[in-house]
Amino acid sequence: MISMTDNEKFFLQAVLAILGFIIIAFLIYLGIIDEYTAQILTSAAINVIIALSLNLISGFTGQLALGHAGFMAIGAYSTAVLVMQLQVPIIVAILVGGIITAIFGFIIGFPTLRLKGDYLAIVTLGFGEIIRVLMINADKITGGAAGLKGIPSFTKNYALNPTLSFIWVFLFLIGTIIMVNNLIKSSHGRGIISIREDEIAANTMGINVFYVKMFSFTLSAFIAGIGGGLYALFFGYLNPTMFNFIKSCDFLVIVVLGGMGSITGTVLTGFILTYLQEFLRFFQDYRLVIYPLFLIIIMLYKPNGLIGLIEDFQKWRRKRFPHQKRVLKAGEQR
Amino acid sequence: MSVLNTENVSICFGGLKAVSGFNLQLEEGELVGLIGPNGAGKTTIFNMLTGVYTPNEGKIQLNVNNNYQNLIGLKPYQITRLGMARTFQNIRLFKELSVLDNVKIAYHFNVKYNVLEAICRTHRFFWEEEEVSKKSLELLKLFNIDDKSAELAKNLPYGEQRKLEITRALATNPRILLLDEPAAGMNPQETQDLMKLIQFIREKFDLTILLIEHDMNLVMGICERIVVLDYGQIIAVGNPESIKNNPRVIKAYLGKEVETGA
Repeated sequence: MISMTDNEKFFLQAVLAILGFIIIAFLIYLGIIDEYTAQILTSAAINVIIALSLNLISGFTGQLALGHAGFMAIGAYSTAVLVMQLQVPIIVAILVGGIITAIFGFIIGFPTLRLKGDYLAIVTLGFGEIIRVLMINADKITGGAAGLKGIPSFTKNYALNPTLSFIWVFLFLIGTIIMVNNLIKSSHGRGIISIREDEIAANTMGINVFYVKMFSFTLSAFIAGIGGGLYALFFGYLNPTMFNFIKSCDFLVIVVLGGMGSITGTVLTGFILTYLQEFLRFFQDYRLVIYPLFLIIIMLYKPNGLIGLIEDFQKWRRKRFPHQKRVLKAGEQR
Repeated sequence: MSVLNTENVSICFGGLKAVSGFNLQLEEGELVGLIGPNGAGKTTIFNMLTGVYTPNEGKIQLNVNNNYQNLIGLKPYQITRLGMARTFQNIRLFKELSVLDNVKIAYHFNVKYNVLEAICRTHRFFWEEEEVSKKSLELLKLFNIDDKSAELAKNLPYGEQRKLEITRALATNPRILLLDEPAAGMNPQETQDLMKLIQFIREKFDLTILLIEHDMNLVMGICERIVVLDYGQIIAVGNPESIKNNPRVIKAYLGKEVETGA
């Protein structure tokens, strides 16, 4: 096996990802991938972005958050209002939507992250509901329960819409993956993970636990807000019921099934589950029986998620083909 | 001027006075043992010194550049950054992380590059990461666990987990090291090695060491001064020889007065 440094590996992965991205974008443009599939891919990518943000706070920092649909809603409505009423350029609207969401994250995190235990879970759970109710009642801005219609899409050209939506969302997805990955594989990332592992020990190792948690939570809100902004522009219609507790759970399911604290796991699971949900439409009402059943089975037999499955496979392969055994480098994680 | 100075430190948990009137001056380069029966308040004192608990009364001062810095009210991470590191009685490693990462985390507060530089992978990021890896491996080498740097911390044998905890504490570059039962669970041979190791790191890193230990061979063997605690109060201070023959200490440990002399 050719041995590569981390840098080369990262570079190779990046090149492959970009190549795959360009090919798929081209296939959508040519109509070889139909509009429906393109739509699933794009909405899956949005789910992955938000699931990654949840993974940052819950999987890496170890603080359970249950209200990411709320952050998504803030990002979505902010972006939509900025684009519709103030005619702000799309890219600016998305980023400002993210910043507004981050401010909300900061305000919620400040009192709750000082506490140990499950306070964050409870507060974020309540927060998600409050945001939803606020969106229903602030009907001057949000259109209330009837929803917000006619949000302009990424482009006015109808034929190009699937391709351009795909490109916009995937560029943000790639950006998010790089950002979270590079952050986690740095000293700051080790500080974040140390809090998940043992808060008291992290504190005694000179890590300002509260500050790191705040940073992680605010960044998580920022990314979720951006995901929400993309969602608004992609679907063109917003309704407060889209952002209920079930939506928050969807993201949590992606993170847990992918393996808490695994970027690859979240990305793969995000795509698989979004597709599975679409595929199960075929079974109509039974979808809501089959999907949870599927989750229960996985949790029973593979509690560490998809990434655990991949590790098992690697172990099996190492046992089966011992000559390919490689020595773990210093600092490499199993 | 002593390195660490505590005056009249007391703490209550509900109605229980866990520690009262604790006075201790640590001199530069000293190796002091803190002993006492179970529940005497030894670990509570460590927790107060490192900011995990806040004492109800008293003063804790650390010598920082020949000025006394008050430690009461500071958070554990601030105290670590001022130069006092510790280990834990029930090992608190980052279990799911590699041995090397455990040590690297202790270097985090000295890392200069910011989050943006980490995300953009600047030159400084790579340079400092390499530097941290190198320093961590050197430290691990001193403890002979550098060949296990890629193992998960939880997979190390018990004795090596203890060593890793000491390594990690040293990586924060302390002047004072607090060791909470470093020999717990070790066999006599391992304890012997540990004694040599403690003396070695004291010389090598110019440390002042305060240690809690139940293993009397270790305490009597390496400590220059011993503080004996019982029911939260100091009952004796002195060199190993005098402590061994101190009737109050013997009473605390054995439960009854022993006739001394004829």
